[in-house]
Amino acid sequence: MELTFYIAASVAVLATIMVITRYNMIHALLYLVVSFLAVAVVFLTMGAPFMAALEVIVYAGAIVVLIIFVIMMLSLTREDVEQEKAWLQPKLWIGPALLSFVLLAELVYLLAIADMPATASAASYVDAQAVGLALYGPYVLGVQLSGILLMAGIVGAYHLGRQKKKVIHRFLQQEEAQKERSAAL
Amino acid sequence: METATPNYLLIIGGVLFVMLNVAALLIWVERRGLALFQDRYGPNRAGPFGLLIVAADSIKLFFKQDWIPPFADKPVFVLAPAIVVVTVLMSFVVIPFAPGIVVADLNIGLLFFLAMSSMGAYSIILGGWASNNKYSLLGAMRGAAQMISYEVFMGLSLMGVVLMAGSFNLGDIVEAQRGLWFVVPQLVGFIIFFIAGIAETHRLPLDIPESESELIAGFHSEYSGMKFGMFFIGEYMGITLISCMMVTLFFGGWLGPDFLPPIVWFILKTGFFLIVFILLRASMPRPRYDQLMEYGWKVLLPLTLLNLVVTAGVVLWLNDGFK
Repeated sequence: MELTFYIAASVAVLATIMVITRYNMIHALLYLVVSFLAVAVVFLTMGAPFMAALEVIVYAGAIVVLIIFVIMMLSLTREDVEQEKAWLQPKLWIGPALLSFVLLAELVYLLAIADMPATASAASYVDAQAVGLALYGPYVLGVQLSGILLMAGIVGAYHLGRQKKKVIHRFLQQEEAQKERSAAL
Repeated sequence: METATPNYLLIIGGVLFVMLNVAALLIWVERRGLALFQDRYGPNRAGPFGLLIVAADSIKLFFKQDWIPPFADKPVFVLAPAIVVVTVLMSFVVIPFAPGIVVADLNIGLLFFLAMSSMGAYSIILGGWASNNKYSLLGAMRGAAQMISYEVFMGLSLMGVVLMAGSFNLGDIVEAQRGLWFVVPQLVGFIIFFIAGIAETHRLPLDIPESESELIAGFHSEYSGMKFGMFFIGEYMGITLISCMMVTLFFGGWLGPDFLPPIVWFILKTGFFLIVFILLRASMPRPRYDQLMEYGWKVLLPLTLLNLVVTAGVVLWLNDGFK
């Protein structure tokens, strides 16, 4: 069980590195999907199968599909890839790399001094019921706040998308005229 | 972890063998069935009842030139057809065909099925995008929008079943239907799952990503040879998968009177739904794209949520009686 955890974790790290070094956006997103799948396997080895399934359904299945959907509409070409290459000079990596190296060193130090918790296989098993009870017990405020956030997003999207049709297809003109007539009455 | 006993390997091999052959056989069933419904002959030359058309078709697909257009994005173009077959075959892992005949008895079986079907959307999107062709891209965009929206109700419509069975394990769900098939109390859930299933497999009434008459072949216009064959077989396996899921979740899976063994009941019920899928193709016209989206979000989503709330209320009342 421990070996599977390390394999999945290293796949996740490698895939994430590939995400930030790709010049082609779709290829980067494909690696992002692999990274999410690897994280799902990590959840599974830690004894949380419900979280693993949700990770695949929500992140790998829905969110990345939506991002790809937007990127397809931008119609990126080979020239854009070249431009991206010109923008991302290797020396740009130095600053972020140094800063994240400090964080990594800190993380390794903290992991080293902490009492090693029970190994992955001995971790408690978290099923769907436990997740539900936690969400609607101690974390109910968080659930409600995220609900409000999503509601705001939906209202905003509705407001942006709401506009009267300017061009009406000839097949729909009759229907449209009828609607207006009934509205006037 | 399961040890690889010979019996276990036999189940894996058996499921794989049967599923691939059912998908091939469905080509014949569909073409003869459509012909029957539309009052013509269909393929009847090769072998008895034209059965060898399956062999002829597969040999043709294998030997066709496998051409990758120079303007396509090569790695993604090759990856896309594999995804559809892999995700559908992975989903068969959790289906209990009869007591003991299941590859992996996961306790999150239903969620695994939903996860795999949501990964299946990538094959359409990536295939359409990598082809670098405007018809393919249009098909891919439609496909992405259709699959994301219908996935939402597909998942929610099944939650009623989960509430009543109290488990995500498909074997437990079948056992919970010993008294009464879930299609009776969950009729609304069944109808919504059926519609969402057609949309997920993009079969004819809702085959908007493909729509032969407007987009040529939509997302797989540029594919030829066995890569096209993968999309083709993937679609038939998708129908088989949705039929198996409908039988497992709503029609009591392998349960049936004792005079036939459980596996035969499962095959009979699944076969019935396969024929329904083919009959639907022969009889229904395709809706317009915006009609499909409107129908999904404005009719099916509220109905699904209502079904879920009512089911949850009734289950709570029967268990605790609103203390």
